[in-house]
Amino acid sequence: MAVYKRKFSPYQGERTPPWSRWLIIPRYAYAKVFASRITTAFFVACFVWPLICAAVIYIRYNVSFLETFGLQLGDFKGVLAINARFFLNFLYIQGFLSFLLTILVGPGLVSADLSHNALPLYLCRPFSRTEYILGKMLVLLILLSAITWAPGLLLIGLQTSLAGLGWLSEHPLVAPALLVGSAIWIVTLSLLSLAISAWVRWKPVAAAALFGVFFILPGMGQIINVTLEVDFGDIFNIIMVFFTIWAWLFQVSFRGDLTLVEAWLALSGFCGLCLLILNRKLQAYEVVS
Amino acid sequence: MASITPVIELSGLEVCFGRLRVLENLCGSLSGRAIGLLGPNGAGKSTLIRTLLGFHPPRQGTARVMGHDIVRESRVIRSLTGYMPENDSFIADFSAIRLTRMMAELSGLPPRLALERAHEALYYVGLGEARYRKIGTYSMGMKQLAKLAQSLAHGPRLLILDEPTNGLDPPARRRMLNLIREIRDSGDVQILLSSHLLYDVELCCDEVLILKQGKIAVYCNLEEERKANMKFIELETDGESAGFLEGIEKLGCECALYGGRIKTVLPPGIEIRDLYKVAADCRIRIRRLDYKRDSLQDIFLKAMRGDEDGSLQTQV
Repeated sequence: MAVYKRKFSPYQGERTPPWSRWLIIPRYAYAKVFASRITTAFFVACFVWPLICAAVIYIRYNVSFLETFGLQLGDFKGVLAINARFFLNFLYIQGFLSFLLTILVGPGLVSADLSHNALPLYLCRPFSRTEYILGKMLVLLILLSAITWAPGLLLIGLQTSLAGLGWLSEHPLVAPALLVGSAIWIVTLSLLSLAISAWVRWKPVAAAALFGVFFILPGMGQIINVTLEVDFGDIFNIIMVFFTIWAWLFQVSFRGDLTLVEAWLALSGFCGLCLLILNRKLQAYEVVS
Repeated sequence: MASITPVIELSGLEVCFGRLRVLENLCGSLSGRAIGLLGPNGAGKSTLIRTLLGFHPPRQGTARVMGHDIVRESRVIRSLTGYMPENDSFIADFSAIRLTRMMAELSGLPPRLALERAHEALYYVGLGEARYRKIGTYSMGMKQLAKLAQSLAHGPRLLILDEPTNGLDPPARRRMLNLIREIRDSGDVQILLSSHLLYDVELCCDEVLILKQGKIAVYCNLEEERKANMKFIELETDGESAGFLEGIEKLGCECALYGGRIKTVLPPGIEIRDLYKVAADCRIRIRRLDYKRDSLQDIFLKAMRGDEDGSLQTQV
């Protein structure tokens, strides 16, 4: 019907399959995210380190390239060692960049809906809360995957193609460690970001709170350790928790105060708390007692 | 035109928030083209609507919307309904067209059709020229219209409007009420209108459920009420009315003299002009003749009074 007719008409046409509706959320979210030049520029900048890593791998197996500059491979033996530590360092850097990207993108995902009570508009449709959360999480899952495990696996592919399959059999845990390590990092970041923004409902405060969880909460943990003369305060140090888990996944040594079990328990606790907050705060109407 | 399947069936519906019983044993069946939910603030109107949409689980009993159970088939119900919430509900940095399109897509419309219908809906409600502006910059009236547009874009069969005239100035309110009547008269959609404003409900609805403190105080079919009112006449005459009374009783009218006024119910086949003929025969003058309007206000006030002595009423 043409708009000039100005008449209400019922809709009898085709409908999209219900399982596909949650994918609508990321589509609209990306349009908004990439409308910001800062976010787009930062997202592109996140690929600089993977490119440097790719260049390092390329140079490692192209000695002639070094020789054109009058250099020998032996001069850079430590830097050009492509092993589990190399990929763990890659994950440290990309993990930090993904944290910054989450601060830029994450808080605006839910707080924009909650600040003006838009949730009833979503949930009065054939669209559940779970689909809403999954849709919002998918925005971060895809973005963060694109800068963590996806380029990481490409680097492993490049390394394998240059060094031969023998390298992969010598380092069988690197690829799964990178994938699993990135996945738990991404899921935790997404949950934390959504939960905090659902709780505070204000984008700048949510971004500050997310920053605080990573950099102020560990300080509080240290205060607990010192004042109570205990060592369980480190479970509040989410960075330490991840370093412990990543070191175990990559089978490299890491000197931290947390045991692996404590790290997993702390991580489960963080994620459980986030789910609890999301379940409580993301409702069409909050019943206030 | 009443539909075959009732729009809303309530079967002992009870909703509690903690220990507070918000809706209590609601029973009834509503099939009107436009159903009004009336009641003072805090009567449970919005809670009833939210329960019908599946936002609040019933503690006891159940309800059906267009034949679908609110607990087991809430997804089906939501695909058939369009909902305009009472309070501000929007995404401030979205334009109206973007919000309406996204909501239509979430209701199951393919992207291209959703965009087309979003344009139509926004033009229809009168936001055509402002549809690319961010909703955060809209006035209160425009925000209300944007909410109405998003509830219409996917072409629902039942339109649920929760206090649609809240915060509107008189011209905007009139425009909103005209739109609602227009939608009702299109015959393609049924309307559930919640309001505490009697005039809005009286103007737009043909069936009314009055709630008070979470209970049904009165169910009233306004359409029937209006028909009945057409036969209920109130007269004032000059001169001796005894002969006139006798004359119209002979026509078969039931009469009562009340404070100098004659109240009468016209039987089938008797018209107003017959009363004038009798008056002429009795040589008296009818000074005033009025249809006795048992208005919604009377019904509402009676319901509120009735509640005080604990009784529930059913009108018509």
